[in-house]
Amino acid sequence: MTDTLDRTGPADEHDVAPRTLGPAELAAVRADFPLLTRTVRDGRPLVYLDSGATSQKPEVVLDAEQDFYAQRNAAVHRGAHQLAEEATEAFETARHQVASFVGVADDELVWTSNATAGLNLVAYAMSNATLGRGGDAARRFALAPGDEIVVTEAEHHANLVPWQELAARTGATLRWLGVDDDGRIRADELATVVTDRTKVLAFTHASNVTGAITDVAPFVARAREVGALTVLDACQSVPHLPVDLPALGVDFAAFSGHKMLGPTGVGALYGRRELLEAMPPVTTGGSMVEVVTMESTTYAPPPRRFEAGTQMVSQAVGMGAAATYLAELGMDAVAAHERHLSGLLLDAVASVPGVRVIGPTENVDRLATVSFVVDGVHAHDVGQVLDDAGVAVRVGHHCAQPLHRRFGVAATARASAAVYTTDEEIAVFREALAGVRAFFGVGD
Amino acid sequence: MSTPMEQLYQQLILDHAKHPAHRGAQEAYDVEVHHVNPTCGDEVTLRVRLEPDASGAPVVGELTWTGQGCSISQASASVMSQAVAGVPVERALALSADFRELMDSRGVLPEKFDDDHLDEALEDAVAFVGVARYPARIKCALLGWAAMKDAVAQAAATTPEEGR
Repeated sequence: MTDTLDRTGPADEHDVAPRTLGPAELAAVRADFPLLTRTVRDGRPLVYLDSGATSQKPEVVLDAEQDFYAQRNAAVHRGAHQLAEEATEAFETARHQVASFVGVADDELVWTSNATAGLNLVAYAMSNATLGRGGDAARRFALAPGDEIVVTEAEHHANLVPWQELAARTGATLRWLGVDDDGRIRADELATVVTDRTKVLAFTHASNVTGAITDVAPFVARAREVGALTVLDACQSVPHLPVDLPALGVDFAAFSGHKMLGPTGVGALYGRRELLEAMPPVTTGGSMVEVVTMESTTYAPPPRRFEAGTQMVSQAVGMGAAATYLAELGMDAVAAHERHLSGLLLDAVASVPGVRVIGPTENVDRLATVSFVVDGVHAHDVGQVLDDAGVAVRVGHHCAQPLHRRFGVAATARASAAVYTTDEEIAVFREALAGVRAFFGVGD
Repeated sequence: MSTPMEQLYQQLILDHAKHPAHRGAQEAYDVEVHHVNPTCGDEVTLRVRLEPDASGAPVVGELTWTGQGCSISQASASVMSQAVAGVPVERALALSADFRELMDSRGVLPEKFDDDHLDEALEDAVAFVGVARYPARIKCALLGWAAMKDAVAQAAATTPEEGR
């Protein structure tokens, strides 16, 4: 079998994947993550299936942060001493590592405290442009009553609430694309929902609930047709798939460090250069200026225009190390491994009576993130029984209440894998899940 | 010797979750409150009507609730309803404070909950001691109590004690 382009074929990853992680390679990966060796709840080996919430960190990431503080710590982009040079070098090297990981130029990548901050940065820059800040160049970001912002029903609150707020501040109207019964965004609604009035189309690359991967091309094509900006929530895609943001053609994209094996407290916002250059700043203060007088200020070019104040340097260095770690494994191999895991998770859930998946049930264009409900047992209780077996899953609405409402459920349990997840762990998960309904005396 | 899991999900809790008391939405009420647990989406809508006792002091009269959530939150709302229905407002708030203390106990039964000191209204509530070992679940157990406390306080503040 050599048809590497067939993504709709049989779910045998050996037929379609170019390369995956072999057993020895996977064992080596796991050995890189100190936390994975610990036990929980009276000595049970940890089965960590909550990587969609936050990933564990390899030693190279921990070392990079430690090394920065132990050897290079100084204020970046200021100071005339050697340490300041080395700290700046580490900080900007990290920017290059992360930028090249997603195929963008270094000056198109803005450090943010997390992905939420990145999405808010775009929304507030548009607010400021609406108020006339940024002058004529920024007018393309201005909104007025009658303009529309389009999001989707699949969004994490981080890519929904900032747009609700922007609409409220500017008088623009918020509209949204629905999702189908598989949890996929209704691309067929693009033609009617995205119109000449649409100024922004914000959507997720991969759902943190259903695991569905969005085919970005029709979204970008429709947005271009009507002259709308595209904003991609890439939090769940960048850690798990090869992502080339310029190839996707989006205008902005946000993702976080902590979901891609990096530290918390750091994320990145990509913006096409000409857009970042035209965009007014949001957070103002030190480090993002050129000339400051008592009356007014001129601003530094991007990305520094959007990086006011002392930055999260050690975390950025850690995120750079994480990107390099993933790049060295090869994102094609990571994705192939996780596609295999996705199949195992779907099989595991399907094998237990009374369990229903919220999201695509076929192992096609989806992440190894599987949300489910257990008939007669609340998600929180499901999570507790799994936890007793050492299995860590997320329960609740996963910061996506509208999507849960769409499926008529208040909460789901979610098993989400990452590069370090093994077949054996999914077997432990399956066995624990099989005992849930009996524990609560429901079913047969 | 039961496991922490068995202590968490005592049969009494599972029974209350399956057959919750005071579940419903009464037509006559002084106050309705809606409380949510934002971390997991559990919610409870509770209605209460106060009645004056012989001396005119407010007593928790009819109390009903609807909601959705895990077995801990549903069972706790059920146990709470049974504990406070028909008791003076002041005592209902005191029972709520006692339950809060139980939740803060980290799983070691406070003295006022042992057999010699236990307020009989809290007889079933003792079953929730196992919840206190799981910090993430304490909010589940407190949801119904918090709703009751809010509703009763609001009703007591707005309802004239006599002439109803």
